[in-house]
Amino acid sequence: MSDYSVGQFAMIPAGTQASVAPATPRNVPAHGGEPNPSAAFLVAKFGDAIVRSWVNCGETNVIVKVEAIHDVIQWLNEDHGQRYEYLVDVTAVEYRDAGRPLEVVWHLRSLSFLRFLRLKVELPTRGPLVVPSVMDIYSGADWLERECWDMFGIKFEGHPDLRRILLWESYREGFPLRKDFPLRGRFSRAEQLKQALAADPEARYSMEELTIAEAFDSLPEDMRSRLAADKAAGTEAFGE
Amino acid sequence: MSTRTVEVELKTTQLDALGNVVRAPLVVTETGGALTGDSSQFASASLAEPGLESDHMLINIGPQHPATHGVLRLVLELDGETVVRCIPHIGYLHCGFEKIGEYRQYNQIIPWTDREDYLNSMGNNVSFVLGCERLFGIEITPRCTVLRVIAMELSRIMSHVVWVGTTAVDIGAFTPFLWIFQERENIYNLLEGWVGARLTTTGTRVGGMAADIPDGWMEGLRSFVQGFHRTLDETDKMLTRNAIWSGRTVGLGVLTPSDAINTGMSGPMLRASGVAYDVRKDFPYLDYETYDFDVPVGRHGDVYDRYLVRMEEMRQSCRILEQAIQRLPEGPVNVDDPRVILPPKHKATSEMESMIHHFKLVMEGPRPPAGECYVATESPKGEKGYYMVSDGSAKPVRWRIRPPSFVNLSAIPKMVEGHLLSDVIAINASIDIVMGEIDR
Repeated sequence: MSDYSVGQFAMIPAGTQASVAPATPRNVPAHGGEPNPSAAFLVAKFGDAIVRSWVNCGETNVIVKVEAIHDVIQWLNEDHGQRYEYLVDVTAVEYRDAGRPLEVVWHLRSLSFLRFLRLKVELPTRGPLVVPSVMDIYSGADWLERECWDMFGIKFEGHPDLRRILLWESYREGFPLRKDFPLRGRFSRAEQLKQALAADPEARYSMEELTIAEAFDSLPEDMRSRLAADKAAGTEAFGE
Repeated sequence: MSTRTVEVELKTTQLDALGNVVRAPLVVTETGGALTGDSSQFASASLAEPGLESDHMLINIGPQHPATHGVLRLVLELDGETVVRCIPHIGYLHCGFEKIGEYRQYNQIIPWTDREDYLNSMGNNVSFVLGCERLFGIEITPRCTVLRVIAMELSRIMSHVVWVGTTAVDIGAFTPFLWIFQERENIYNLLEGWVGARLTTTGTRVGGMAADIPDGWMEGLRSFVQGFHRTLDETDKMLTRNAIWSGRTVGLGVLTPSDAINTGMSGPMLRASGVAYDVRKDFPYLDYETYDFDVPVGRHGDVYDRYLVRMEEMRQSCRILEQAIQRLPEGPVNVDDPRVILPPKHKATSEMESMIHHFKLVMEGPRPPAGECYVATESPKGEKGYYMVSDGSAKPVRWRIRPPSFVNLSAIPKMVEGHLLSDVIAINASIDIVMGEIDR
């Protein structure tokens, strides 16, 4: 059975472009160290759009202005000298210090050059939390961005189907990973129980949910009013 | 208007001149009778397939269904038996691990890592503390490094073993399940002897392990590795050339290499598509670059290749285990660093200074410098990463799990659409999902 380690079609071996053989990192300094060469390329290419970059625990962090982040990621993905073909993660960080901006974080990996890059966008916590979606570049961003919306309330503009993923769609307590969200939830246990008992789980097992957008007008009156009420109540609770 | 021809094999023993199986299309004639026969007869009759138009049907698989491996719900829109659209719904097991982690010290988070991907609990423990140690700036001891490699490879075998067993049951083979779950039991016994727990191990600490291996444990591991080869060969014989197994897996859920990379696949899912990316080789940790092992890569990216890749990975894990047994050095397991390591119990109960040290570490917790790091390891499901952000206090500001099966599962609509309903079960099984990790 040893023959299937040899690919029949264009097999993509990782690290073909890497200059040094990968090794376990040792004695990684907390600050400083060898930066990822892509950071310098980014500064040369995008100039002012790159706010700053630094190395922390051996990883290069680059802070990008929110207007440029989509272009930056697209360029990193498409440029033959960079080849960040793998989107590892999309997430966000909110600090305990209320004055610090919220950060949206993209972890990118170049399988050809064996590089790892962390891109960040800073958003003021009180302002609108809107960043462009990278789903047109990486289809794997779909659920990661939905989770980020679900947990932090960050809107990914251009995402075709941005709705809650881990929590249910009528969840009204807000965004759990925000620092102003208490560990036990916003509502009292009594209120949570009341809502759970009032929920109609059967309503979620229907054709209506599949084709909600296109079939809305042809739904029966009671279903339509229920959905409209859900929507209105949901947006009110999110403070929009 | 459906243009699909439903073929049934009525005469499978009959072969045509070229040696191909003669297939007999089942056609309904205008008078209402069924006409069957070989292809030539069908062609000469020149009957157009009747339009079997009907409404699409909606099927819910899950959230309570044994073949979804947990509380996954798939909403399937069917045209006859073909999946037209698949919408997965997850979150039924959401516990807010990441939120809870912000209220816990680093060592207190380790039990939560057991419970996300519970088939790989020891591997998660190791991945998590690797991230912590990067943040704290700690270099672990050589003995600890080898012990962690053993822990990770054992949990890889355990996870793949469960995968083969349950997937075989999903597809209809029950025997390998029993054989292979005996091996899982053996691993659990080994883990029980080492850390005292079977499923939720919490086997690591920042800077070391919860315990060193007991006397005679290595002999147990050695005999497990020897015995496991046999079980693996038997399972291989049972499944790999099995007509039913290959008939239910070959050509299903194909992902091309570029698709697999673009959707963020990792682990056996990515390698079965022909992309040789393994975190252990490409971004090594725990000195994996010094071990001699191969990364199996598939050709077709279908369910069958994922099975082959996982089977070969178990063999390679055995190779790594054999080398680790050979090279396990003597010496301390925990680092000599009072910032993170508790004083020994006998000192804590007899010396005032050690007691205070013990108390401070337990009550206040070790404090890493402010900073952030992302440490990825190769879990059985794929690239498992922990992203930790510290502001200098004893509790992380953010603890993010990069769940491989979450990203792998997100491609399921792409994989199942156009396949038959029964194939959805096989494709879903091939992703190797653990809902604890997906919902967290």
